[in-house]
Amino acid sequence: MSANGKPKFAMYWAASCGGCEIAVLNIHEKILDVDANFDVVFWPVAMDAKYKDVQAMPDKSILLTLFNGGIRNEENEEIAHLLRQKSQILVAFGSCACEGCIPGLANLSSTKEIMDSVYSSVSTVNPEGIRPQTSYLMPEGEIHIPKIYPVLKTLDQVVPVDYYMPGCPPESHQIGAVIDLVVKVLHGEASLPPTGATIGADKSTVCDDCPRERNVKTIKSFKRIQDIEKVDPNLCLLEQGIPCNGLATRQGCGALCPRAGAQCIGCYGPAEGVVDYGARLMTAFASVIDSQDPEEIERILDTLPDPVGQFYRFNLAGSLMRASRSAWNGNGKT
Amino acid sequence: MQRISIDPITRLEGHGKIEIFLDDQGDVANSYFQIPELRGFERFCLGRPVEEMPLLTNRICGVCPEAHHMAAAKAADAVYHIDIPRTAKMLRELLYMAFYVTDHTTHFYALGGPDFVMGPDAPVAERNILGIIHKVGLEIGGKVIQARKFGHATVEIIGGRKVHPCTSIPGGLTKGITEEQRQEIEKMGRWAIEFGQFSLGLFNDIVLSNQQYLDLILGDIYAHETYSIGLVDENNKINFYDGRVSVVAPDGERIGKYAPNEYTDWIGERVEPWSYLKFTYLKKVGWKGLVDGKDSGVYCATPLSRLNAADGIATPLAQEQYEKFYATLGGKPVHKRLAIHWARLIELLYAAERWVELATDPEITSPDFHKVPTETPTEGVAIVEAPRGTLTHHYKTDERGLLKEVNLIVGTTNNYAPISMSIQKAAKSLIKKGKVNEGLLNMVEMAFRAYDPCFGCATHSLPGQMPLEVTVRDAQGNPIDVLKQFC
Repeated sequence: MSANGKPKFAMYWAASCGGCEIAVLNIHEKILDVDANFDVVFWPVAMDAKYKDVQAMPDKSILLTLFNGGIRNEENEEIAHLLRQKSQILVAFGSCACEGCIPGLANLSSTKEIMDSVYSSVSTVNPEGIRPQTSYLMPEGEIHIPKIYPVLKTLDQVVPVDYYMPGCPPESHQIGAVIDLVVKVLHGEASLPPTGATIGADKSTVCDDCPRERNVKTIKSFKRIQDIEKVDPNLCLLEQGIPCNGLATRQGCGALCPRAGAQCIGCYGPAEGVVDYGARLMTAFASVIDSQDPEEIERILDTLPDPVGQFYRFNLAGSLMRASRSAWNGNGKT
Repeated sequence: MQRISIDPITRLEGHGKIEIFLDDQGDVANSYFQIPELRGFERFCLGRPVEEMPLLTNRICGVCPEAHHMAAAKAADAVYHIDIPRTAKMLRELLYMAFYVTDHTTHFYALGGPDFVMGPDAPVAERNILGIIHKVGLEIGGKVIQARKFGHATVEIIGGRKVHPCTSIPGGLTKGITEEQRQEIEKMGRWAIEFGQFSLGLFNDIVLSNQQYLDLILGDIYAHETYSIGLVDENNKINFYDGRVSVVAPDGERIGKYAPNEYTDWIGERVEPWSYLKFTYLKKVGWKGLVDGKDSGVYCATPLSRLNAADGIATPLAQEQYEKFYATLGGKPVHKRLAIHWARLIELLYAAERWVELATDPEITSPDFHKVPTETPTEGVAIVEAPRGTLTHHYKTDERGLLKEVNLIVGTTNNYAPISMSIQKAAKSLIKKGKVNEGLLNMVEMAFRAYDPCFGCATHSLPGQMPLEVTVRDAQGNPIDVLKQFC
């Protein structure tokens, strides 16, 4: 407890895009509830934040920490350890912290391959093949930049996590609902869910919230969304051949993308009880394929142009696969 | 040699890091502004289908996903060699204008504006949005929340989501808007015009009527004579969504305009071994280091640069402000960096006016919002103006439209060289004979904030403001003084 009697709250961004912070700001007036019920002690985007102040706090003195972003270098990891030590409840907030998100796709490439793409691009004038160095001796002295980890890690791959709040970003109404719950817990009107639970989302799939009609129709090929003359606004996208990830993705966003005519891309992660999102989605896609003939099935699957991106778009870093061998070794060799 | 490190206190990654070296007299010999983070979208997007780029590159920046969504969708159109229907273009631009109003509002009221409204000497604790509300009145806070709400509501109606929109695809969009939605969008746009005028009025009352602030803008410490670039339409009027990039020399002469697919003739990127971020420069002029002037290829891409690079603004209220801007600041081009804040508000008003223009076009509700691409995908480049600078996406694909090469030059990267120069200039004027003025942090911070830098975008990593720590070291490298501040 702080001097003002309010429990302490922290929010931190590691390797993230900032969308989680915007989503929190988008709860608008409800941010006042956070202010009324908590003493915000550490939130770099919103306030004067001192890392050393956090270090000086007694262990477990922060009640609730929302941690967004993946672990991309040793500094991310260091702060994850510090906030774990100081927090009673540590929430992996948003897709990056939960499962790696889009930046986790970097785990398909080695650091060398990433550097080669960036520092030898078509607009780069770099005949000497210069690459950034972690230490470099300038005429005036040596200067440093941090080393990048060979693979991006999820928060629970470096510290124990109490709760997971999925979404890219988590929807603001879900953030509001979680704040309401925590406030009730503080007032003794509710109890916390079991440790390890997913919060701010529902248990079933995006399809449960999708207004599109499903007829258990099967398909002969997958289609690219731009190639369809007229997407039926009322019919299940998958049944129209569009590789929509709704069947494997956790319910919680309200099926925003399918409602807007776009396929679910899976940002809420796996539905309750699913161990590996990609494996679950493969099963789901297999169930709509209209064929028993192995060769034809092969042909139909070939109409999915990018399997690894399709099945592991948001969760590669957190999946059973985690990374390609070359990235894992960090040396660019397979 | 004495050395000063301006380092994030916590060494939080993704933030910037500044090293200043002093010579034997204790004056600034050199300074290095380092960006310590890299994510590598250019690499891991390879193999992905091009239609996913508007969704994948959204995640470069959650603050300005709309800019990446638009640049990616337009580059994907270009890959398929398709000219999308007029309604589709208008819907995308309409979404983009609502986003601009929101983004510029956030910057002016929460990030950059407090320096002016509260005054640069105000205590740090007051230089924030709450300080503004206390000084100007509660109702202004309500207006700011309203502006952000209306902007996000319009983005969601057209883009399907408030953060990371999902509806732009090669050939147009996945959906159009109904007449009912159009009316709602128009209503919000009209409110935004009033808000834009109100904001400029506020700037006039608080900043322009105060000689001390005006002197600060007009003073030399924040001036750099560099080239300016910005997207313009066929009449050389400002446009954020489409057009050609106008390049204007420090003396105001337009040296050319380039189409998106000509960008490599104009823009080069330089790798330094001490930073993960590349320095862009004008190839036709050449890289001469971090220096001002007509012979140096350093250029700027900010709201101010966009005004400098254009001949005017196509909407009446913003054009009026544009004229007042140059009349007040002594003609074109303006090189005073703090004028970026004023330019940003003029752009906010333009975006609001354009929002209503598009929302009242009879074709905006047409069902003709998508056209199926029929040509074989190959290569395409697209440019939009992100709020923080010219944004270029360049893709090459195989015949199935799977990415083989991706190149991105994002808004803030354009400004890496001028920001570094502003830092050096602030350091040189505030560090003399080994003595570091306490005001250094403030001045450096104000120099940053004018650009509204997003190093999240620039490194395709983490956005955020700059936590700073200055360590002054003696010749043996022992710290003798530490100044620190988290923004």
